Amino acid sequence: MLSLWRNMTTQERRDAKTGYLALSPWMVGFVIFYAFPILATFYFSLTQWTLVDPPVWIGLDNYVRMFTRDPLFVSSLKATTLFVALSLPLKLVLGLMLALLLNLKIPGMNIFRTVFFIPAVISGVAVSLMWIWFLNPDTGVVNTLLHYVGVQGPYWFWDLNWALPSVAIMSIWKVGGAAIIYLAGLQNIPAHLYEAAEIDGAGKWRRFWRITLPLLTPTLFFQLIIELIDAFKIFTEAFVITKGGPLKATYFFLYYFYEEAFRNFNMGYASALALFLLVVIMGCTVFVYRTSGRWVYYEN
Amino acid sequence: MRIDDQALSIQQQLRRSGARRRRQRLVGHALVYAVMIFLALLFMLPIFWMASTSLKLPREIFAWPPEWIPSSPQWGNYAEAFGKYPLGRYMLNSAILVAANIIGGLISVPIIAYGFARFEFPFKHVLFLLMLSTMMVPGHIKLIPMFWLYQKLGLIDTYWPLILPAYFGNPFFIFLMTQFMRTIPRELDDAARIDGAGAWGILFRIIIPLCRPALTVVVVFTFVWVWNDFLEPIIFLRDWDSYPISVGLAFFQGRYSVEWHLFMGATLVSIIPILVVYFFAQKHLIGGLASIGIKG
Repeated sequence: MLSLWRNMTTQERRDAKTGYLALSPWMVGFVIFYAFPILATFYFSLTQWTLVDPPVWIGLDNYVRMFTRDPLFVSSLKATTLFVALSLPLKLVLGLMLALLLNLKIPGMNIFRTVFFIPAVISGVAVSLMWIWFLNPDTGVVNTLLHYVGVQGPYWFWDLNWALPSVAIMSIWKVGGAAIIYLAGLQNIPAHLYEAAEIDGAGKWRRFWRITLPLLTPTLFFQLIIELIDAFKIFTEAFVITKGGPLKATYFFLYYFYEEAFRNFNMGYASALALFLLVVIMGCTVFVYRTSGRWVYYEN
Repeated sequence: MRIDDQALSIQQQLRRSGARRRRQRLVGHALVYAVMIFLALLFMLPIFWMASTSLKLPREIFAWPPEWIPSSPQWGNYAEAFGKYPLGRYMLNSAILVAANIIGGLISVPIIAYGFARFEFPFKHVLFLLMLSTMMVPGHIKLIPMFWLYQKLGLIDTYWPLILPAYFGNPFFIFLMTQFMRTIPRELDDAARIDGAGAWGILFRIIIPLCRPALTVVVVFTFVWVWNDFLEPIIFLRDWDSYPISVGLAFFQGRYSVEWHLFMGATLVSIIPILVVYFFAQKHLIGGLASIGIKG
């Protein structure tokens, strides 16, 4: 490293000094806000610690408890997986369909774009409160409309079987956020490809499968990773609407972590939970990334 | 003569098919509009219902069948909501947090991005990759260690935990700003250097003024994220009076008997700043986001 420095010209050295100086806030931030917390979480996860007393080293006990005798871990993992499995595919497919509609060259489309994007910018708390009222079993809009067509609506957030799907429906309401990103991908597809395909006699359906979808796979890939991470981190809805209920049906993983850490102050065990979620998210990301070679189309 | 006839008939055919195509397109447009309007109404229904409820009389809230548009809109509900809930206070708290975070981003992000965009030095690419990889780290992993650290420093129940990180550069913004700065021609730097400007002079006089689209993204995204943030404030703040609007709103539920007409009014008021920022900013965001390949 020193020899590297010695072999540089004065100008190069000056440049390097300025560069490092410019980066220094980020480097300090990296140590404080990334390196330290991840290492510390790993250490704390091997201890029993209630914040009041100093941490006591217990080895892998937290992990043993997590994997062998913690029903809450199992149910929170189940609820989160179900939520991801339910909301992620729907959001990806519906987002693409909405983007295809928004991509039509028709006057006034900008207004629609603005409208569909609104749910994606509103806070999770406001959205949750709005939807508690919207899905009110007695006087909410949805059940009223269902009543008019002669259907008895479910109890939504307050029904054991409907609570989780209700949260998923609510998250799909924010599909405009995904649609905007697809839209950017769609607009990057060169028009001449469609023109050439049309001359060759390819119909709309064929053009979608042969041009649009393959060229959109990089966007789809990006979207899949973003939405995956996001879906695993579902929290606010459980906190504000259901408190994890009924009967732990919406007891999502991060909510469990929050209660363990900041209500029960089982910081050691909560650290193990946090690390587990990190590994799951990272694992899923790496898996998607690894398999992307098979289905993501890259130019060149 | 025959050729002329033929030409005429072809012309007629063309005209006819043109008219047919136009008619088809018109029908197609009408169909698309119908679908879009239906979907838009469907999407706006929860917001409409919130607005409608916020203008009702208490006895109308649970009336059956529900009234879609209240017959006598109670605008006074909003004054009552502001009187009953500390809405103004909470929104002010959020505004303070937003402002402090925006200032932090505007100071730190251009400086850090300048280092990545304009200088060559050993390990630059490794550091850049490291920076990018931190974008993937979910925030929850920080909560326990940072809580411990802030407690040691006596910063729990102050705004510092919610403000400090912004001053060390958000990786997404650094990435965006770096990409944006790379699109600014280096000739401009060279010209300024010949005029005697130093490295920092070039940044502040030449580059930053040209980065306005990317800086707009920093401002708008920070506004939306900080205004909507929920998990960190509930962990790092204890005092009811210091809550931002997101947390305050969530706790109205347990704290007050549920008066849905006031409650929906408060929720609506809480999202108005976001909507205003979004409407004004959406045009300017496109240029800023285009540099990383995302445009709207």
